[in-house]
Amino acid sequence: MSDLNLNSLYQQLILDHYRKPRNKGELPEKTVEIHMANPVCGDEIRLQLQIEDDRIVEARHVGQGCSISQAAVSMMTNLLKGKGLAEAEGLAQRFTAMMHGNEEVVRDRTMGDLRALQGVSKFPVRIKCALLAFDALQEAIKKERAES
Amino acid sequence: MYQAVSTFDVNKIRNEFPVLNQVVHGKPLTYLDNAATAQKPRSVLDVLSRYYREDNANVHRGIHELSRRATLAYEGARNRIAEWLGASEPAEVIWTRGTTESINLVAATWGMDQLKEGDEVLLTAMEHHSNIVPWQMVARRTGARLRYIEMDDEGKLVLDDLDALLTDRTRLVAMTQVSNALGTVNPVDRVIEAAHEKGALVLLDGAQAVPHMEVNVSDLDADFYAFSSHKMCGPTGTGVLWVRKGILEKMSPYQGGGEMIGIVGRDESTWADIPHKFEAGTPNIAGAVGAAAAVDFMEHVGYESIKEHEVGLLRYALDRMGELSDLSIYGPKDLKERSGVISFALGDAHPHDIATILDSEGVAVRAGHHCAQLVMKHLGVAATARASFSLYNTTDDVDRLMDGLQVVQGIFGR
Repeated sequence: MSDLNLNSLYQQLILDHYRKPRNKGELPEKTVEIHMANPVCGDEIRLQLQIEDDRIVEARHVGQGCSISQAAVSMMTNLLKGKGLAEAEGLAQRFTAMMHGNEEVVRDRTMGDLRALQGVSKFPVRIKCALLAFDALQEAIKKERAES
Repeated sequence: MYQAVSTFDVNKIRNEFPVLNQVVHGKPLTYLDNAATAQKPRSVLDVLSRYYREDNANVHRGIHELSRRATLAYEGARNRIAEWLGASEPAEVIWTRGTTESINLVAATWGMDQLKEGDEVLLTAMEHHSNIVPWQMVARRTGARLRYIEMDDEGKLVLDDLDALLTDRTRLVAMTQVSNALGTVNPVDRVIEAAHEKGALVLLDGAQAVPHMEVNVSDLDADFYAFSSHKMCGPTGTGVLWVRKGILEKMSPYQGGGEMIGIVGRDESTWADIPHKFEAGTPNIAGAVGAAAAVDFMEHVGYESIKEHEVGLLRYALDRMGELSDLSIYGPKDLKERSGVISFALGDAHPHDIATILDSEGVAVRAGHHCAQLVMKHLGVAATARASFSLYNTTDDVDRLMDGLQVVQGIFGR
């Protein structure tokens, strides 16, 4: 047996989001768009948000990549709708902490399906795949604040 | 030659590579990322260590004994490369950091000197980024145009319209001898002949050729030849640029500094003769010595034997991988037109996921665009998984790759 736990990495929920990504497609009403790519492996995300009065009304994404990057953006966009910018920022921070080994976060129900990605933290070279969506989110928030 | 084939013993060869004997994630290491970099035999590791333990000094400037030895070792390594490569003299061999720097050197010197607005540089659609981007940089500054030889669906160059692609304005054809992404072995002879007929020079990227086949620049009749030592069992950070003497002598220097000068004045300086004119600063002396040791190793094993072994492995791997119904293999089908590189896709598993799962099984492969985004675009994919072989790989390695691919199917087939 390999001493790496593949089953924790490739949970059914992750593969489900990979194959049936939620919130995928262009968002005509977008107010901010961030394009993030990982040039090493070609993962690519265009995150599109519709933000009104510091609140995310709608979140969609376009792009392609590995199961981890695509599942992460699918799960993340599910949680963003209706969240204030500060709340969304908190989500990004908690998720990043989980990727860096913080095991408390996995018990946080507000993280929704994202908790399934905890296993990624045991695969150091894949952490940036999971964080791509959240890097895009943080950039989007920064851009929105700079513009308003 | 035939005797060498019969004495080829892959287990003996594996014993020369200490790094192969290890366990990764609880599994024996199966190293199949040789197109990225090859492992190093004891003989190379030993000369690197011996150089630093016994001879280390700066070259060409000391009067003392160690400097004499270091200079002898450094220039001796150049002589060895020149002889092995079929250069007409050692001064045609320039040490660089690798294939990338070799090509950049040609672009920054020959390219900037010679290319004028409207001149054309002919590339191919299967080039590594290191044989595209330097030419784009020069084209932007000189007004030269880049044109491309296209690929067919199998990943072979389409040479039917070569005569039309080579125009009166074509100054250079810069192409890879063997594709790093697909393993295609290109008919460079034909292109060189056609290019020379039109008065264009030819640069060959030999990075993926020298680990697998004998190369003789005089027989090839190329004008520039670039390769890295690390892909042929030598150290990283060491590469070679060979340039035909008549061209090299007319090229402007690359970097300025020590070693490359004749007399330095306040406003102007004169240059050293070739090859030192192109080697500013303290060179990678140990790297050069290691590169020559790598050449010794490859010749000791014998390119005929290496080729026979690798073709056998490739045939076995392609057969076995054919067992998997949802596996697609890119690149030429004819083994004569392909080296030991297998780029593939498996079902809807992303190459990045394939590589992680294989890694957990101890199998090292590459996943990504392989620095060949034009090739990926041609295939209509963002990335592929790539297994690539070296002389020390075995059919057991292929079997472990297959076991790993079945784990991928197990996870992604759910």
